[in-house]
Amino acid sequence: MSNPTLVDLPRGRSRSIAELKRRADWIRLQTIELTEIAGSGHYASTFSCAEILAMLYYHALRLKPSDPSWQDRDRFVLGKGHVAIGVYPCLADLGMLPQEWLRRYTRLGSPLGDHPDMTKVPGIDFSSGSIGHNLSVGAGMALSARLRGLDYRVFALLGDGELNEGQVWEAAMAAAHYRLGNLVAIVDANGTSLDGPVSEVMGVEPIVDKWRAFGWKVDEFDGHDISALCRWADRLPPIDSSTPSVLIARTTKGKGVSFMEADPGWHLGYLGPKDRERAVAEIEGRLA
Amino acid sequence: MNAPRPSWNVTTSLPGLSAFVAGEELANLVDDGHDIVVLTADLSTSNRLTDFQARHSARFFNVGIAEQNMMSIGAGMAACGHQAWVSTFAAFASLLCAEHLRTDMAYPNLPVRILAHHAGISMGFYGTSHHAVEDIAVTRAIAGMTVMAPCDAATLRACVRATLDEPGPVYLRLGRGNDPDVHESNVEVQRGRFLRVREGNDVTVIATGIGVQAAVGAAERMAGDGVTVRVLDAVYLKPLDVDAIEIAARETGRILVVEEHNVIGGLGTAVAEAVAMLGVPARIAKLGIEDQYALVAPPSHLYRHYGLTADGVVDRLRGLLSA
Repeated sequence: MSNPTLVDLPRGRSRSIAELKRRADWIRLQTIELTEIAGSGHYASTFSCAEILAMLYYHALRLKPSDPSWQDRDRFVLGKGHVAIGVYPCLADLGMLPQEWLRRYTRLGSPLGDHPDMTKVPGIDFSSGSIGHNLSVGAGMALSARLRGLDYRVFALLGDGELNEGQVWEAAMAAAHYRLGNLVAIVDANGTSLDGPVSEVMGVEPIVDKWRAFGWKVDEFDGHDISALCRWADRLPPIDSSTPSVLIARTTKGKGVSFMEADPGWHLGYLGPKDRERAVAEIEGRLA
Repeated sequence: MNAPRPSWNVTTSLPGLSAFVAGEELANLVDDGHDIVVLTADLSTSNRLTDFQARHSARFFNVGIAEQNMMSIGAGMAACGHQAWVSTFAAFASLLCAEHLRTDMAYPNLPVRILAHHAGISMGFYGTSHHAVEDIAVTRAIAGMTVMAPCDAATLRACVRATLDEPGPVYLRLGRGNDPDVHESNVEVQRGRFLRVREGNDVTVIATGIGVQAAVGAAERMAGDGVTVRVLDAVYLKPLDVDAIEIAARETGRILVVEEHNVIGGLGTAVAEAVAMLGVPARIAKLGIEDQYALVAPPSHLYRHYGLTADGVVDRLRGLLSA
């Protein structure tokens, strides 16, 4: 039965901001390493949300790695499923999936693909890949918590390009209608989608006003500021509040590797050996 | 001053939705302790899920006119362990939401039930946007999707009960709600099995939905000519009852498939494929919508026009028997 006190990893657990900063860079290094196996990957989109992922997995999410499908766990669904490459190393590090799996990332028969498969990967709360579905899925999970009287939170990580999808706004409308204060969206607003700047491809601003008009509580700040991210997570409205929350996290695509930050073409790509060396050296320089 | 009371109510005056018993049956199951939730997209009066809402409002969610959102919300609830019933017109369920059926329900193998009502051309004069003559093709091609077509109220109840413990998604293709009773009230369905409606050895009709009653009517008339017609109700469209198809092919040598669906990609295609792969010599004919958009008309007029009636089936059977 439900007993959220028997939890391995409680909410708000990390003490050190420095450690979480290092964790975000560790996610970047892992992403580079896994992309090396696949031959191509979503570096820059993962780098833009590395601090967000570090905050969620090492600070905010209530989890029980010994039981990844524990009914009281906080849920985390990816709208932007292509950043699973940054999630798998966290799940492995927390002991939810075997480390060996990482070494066969995307190889024939591997449970780990570019987009996550909930039937194969413990700790993945919902499969993802078709942009725009999973805020609705998260709303369904939040409704289920209401129906069962459970106190878990549901987090959904969306891209700002994802906001082009109409279903996101159907979900936003429904979450406000059903007063899902247990649903939290994070928009990784890195300003870039595959074909270029979101503002040129299909503008989504003013994002804050849009969510506010849909009845959500909205915060907006630098999504690489890990202490701000933790403060925000610690001060989320109580589970039984009636207003869903969204964070517009202003981020930089390719964050953490200067030549990637400068070139939006890195949404999907492959670092050759030279560039990989440069990228790794820059990140490791910060970790040293 | 009091406004005059309306003498006519659009909901209660709808031409009979007596076949739409899913809401009532699901409410009974919740009473029995089953963890069922029901979602609709502003059509609860058209599919009679109001019957469920009236008894279990906390488990009923009307998401408004946002079918794709409903599909994903239902999948999210199913991922938390509920059996989630989502409902809308078959045209929207299978075409607008085809990707949601595949990616959000079948690929993660979730216990979602898609109540796809007003399938085929049963929306009549509402026109092509509301017709669904492609849904069998779409849903059968989705790995992990079970596809059923209960042709009357009793069979719908049986299908609801038969699939209670199925771990994956089920697409239930329903007619227009006033479908006449074909089967006994205690009919039972068995996964992957057609229902044997009528025995016969001269020719077989494999029918689904509205086609079943047309086939029964045709069989009765053909009996007067001394021709015995076997009638099978393809209540399971997937998995397909290949055994029953093989026996029909061997024993009757001629099979007519009747469906309110495009003749491309539907039950007729599935039966022809099965017979071809079995290598049993049999002649097959298909009665359905001939790869075109149906005209607008009241449904009964459309059924006459496209031959989805006893008369239409008799005509095709005579042609098949003389071929």
